[in-house]
Amino acid sequence: MPAFVALDGVSHAYGGAGNALAVEGLSISVETGEFAAVVGPSGCGKSTLMKLATGLQFPHIGSVQVAGEIIRAPVKIAGMAFQAPTLLPWRTTRENLLLPLEIVQPYRSQMRRRKKEFRQRAENLLASVGLAGQGEKFPWELSGGMQQRTSLCRALIHEPKLLMLDEPFGALDAFTREELWCVIRDLHAARKITIVLVTHDLREAVFLADRVFVMSARPGRIVVERRIELPRPRDIDVTFTTAFQETVQELRSHIVKARA
Amino acid sequence: MSRTATIVKLSPWLFTIGLFIIWEAAVRIFNVPEFFLPPPTAIAKAFVDFSGPLYRNSLITLESTLVGFALAVGFGLLLGLLVGWSRTMYAGLYPLMIGFNAIPKVALVPILVLWFGIGFVPAVLTAFLISFFPIVVNVATGLATIEPELEDVLKALGASKLDIMRKVGIPRTLPYFFGSLKVAITLAFVGSVISESVASNYGIGNLMLQAQAQFQVPLIFAGLVVLAVEGIVMYWLMVVLERRMTGWAQRSGFAQT
Repeated sequence: MPAFVALDGVSHAYGGAGNALAVEGLSISVETGEFAAVVGPSGCGKSTLMKLATGLQFPHIGSVQVAGEIIRAPVKIAGMAFQAPTLLPWRTTRENLLLPLEIVQPYRSQMRRRKKEFRQRAENLLASVGLAGQGEKFPWELSGGMQQRTSLCRALIHEPKLLMLDEPFGALDAFTREELWCVIRDLHAARKITIVLVTHDLREAVFLADRVFVMSARPGRIVVERRIELPRPRDIDVTFTTAFQETVQELRSHIVKARA
Repeated sequence: MSRTATIVKLSPWLFTIGLFIIWEAAVRIFNVPEFFLPPPTAIAKAFVDFSGPLYRNSLITLESTLVGFALAVGFGLLLGLLVGWSRTMYAGLYPLMIGFNAIPKVALVPILVLWFGIGFVPAVLTAFLISFFPIVVNVATGLATIEPELEDVLKALGASKLDIMRKVGIPRTLPYFFGSLKVAITLAFVGSVISESVASNYGIGNLMLQAQAQFQVPLIFAGLVVLAVEGIVMYWLMVVLERRMTGWAQRSGFAQT
């Protein structure tokens, strides 16, 4: 399989060379349709990885390729979701979902003509994450978990080839989090898109990912790459099996080493 | 309507009437001379005796205040957007604006008179100069506090700075903007009245100055009451406007309990 996202020997510092490096000699390659998780100690440059892979930052050293092309501008084929849902409080849930379509081409110029169709698409997407009929509500009328689902939908509405998730479940309670794990698992299975999940929750990484990458402390680079062989489709019950817990333990020891 | 709700509804009137009753009683009990602090009844009498001049001059003050305020809204909005748009503008203009805001506006009136003569124009300009600053600061703050994550989401889709401004920046600035109008409108009254009392032959400010010269203390207070009423009405209008335009930003039940 060809790599869909490939960072090769990337070093990057914010505000130009000479400042402290956020990542150094970072190489990672994620295959098309793969679900990759990146874990590491806090401040290890995981968010920098996000910005590099979406074309929000460009590396000083090394190269970043997405879909076979070297990144020189924002990629536009990526959807992003963060720990904070960052929905616009003056728009209804459905209008929030339409925001990316108002920005990205070719939808942007078709907005007026195909508005009805786009609205229907938003409703369908909401329904697929268990939010059927919630489109008319404002974000602040939804619970935290529902807002985060909406945020995921917004990342998916323009049918991106790549979904970048930066600790999207970090602010949720344990039950809601596991619910959303299953939502994202099903989205991945149904849409076959490439997903890069940045997280510090090892159980989350092992449950969802095909491969887990462990990053070192700042300046970040990949120290361990671990394939997760648990058969799919995975059920939440798999998290209680010995194989699962051993994998989590193993990754944890790598992180402990990476922190030292 | 429940009992508490009724009391809450009536409380502005009750408190105002209560203030006047206490005032009246205090003046009578302590035998305060009318030229020192007139009782509300004497002020009411001044309202009847001088209803014509009070009415005419209050309209003049209201007019210069509103024209100055309108200028402040237009200019403040533009400058706020400019300052919020560019970091260079922000860095360069902010200290200047703070310095300008620190200047007592009453000190500017003589200069304005020198340029434009006395009367309407300096009153309008003083109202404008004193009230635009909070609008600029609020608009710029609204733009400066866009969530960086949201900016990333949009930038990754190829959004231009103008896109981000239109889709996110300006809508999210509106509550700040309308909030600042409440501050600005009361400041605008301060500005026009200052200018009227220093350099005009009309307006409530001038009327109060003349009343003082003739020792008509109740009339001075009547002038103050007129200003207070105009201020309350305009403030209330701004609140209504704010609710209309940015209802989404006002969902806290905190103030209602």
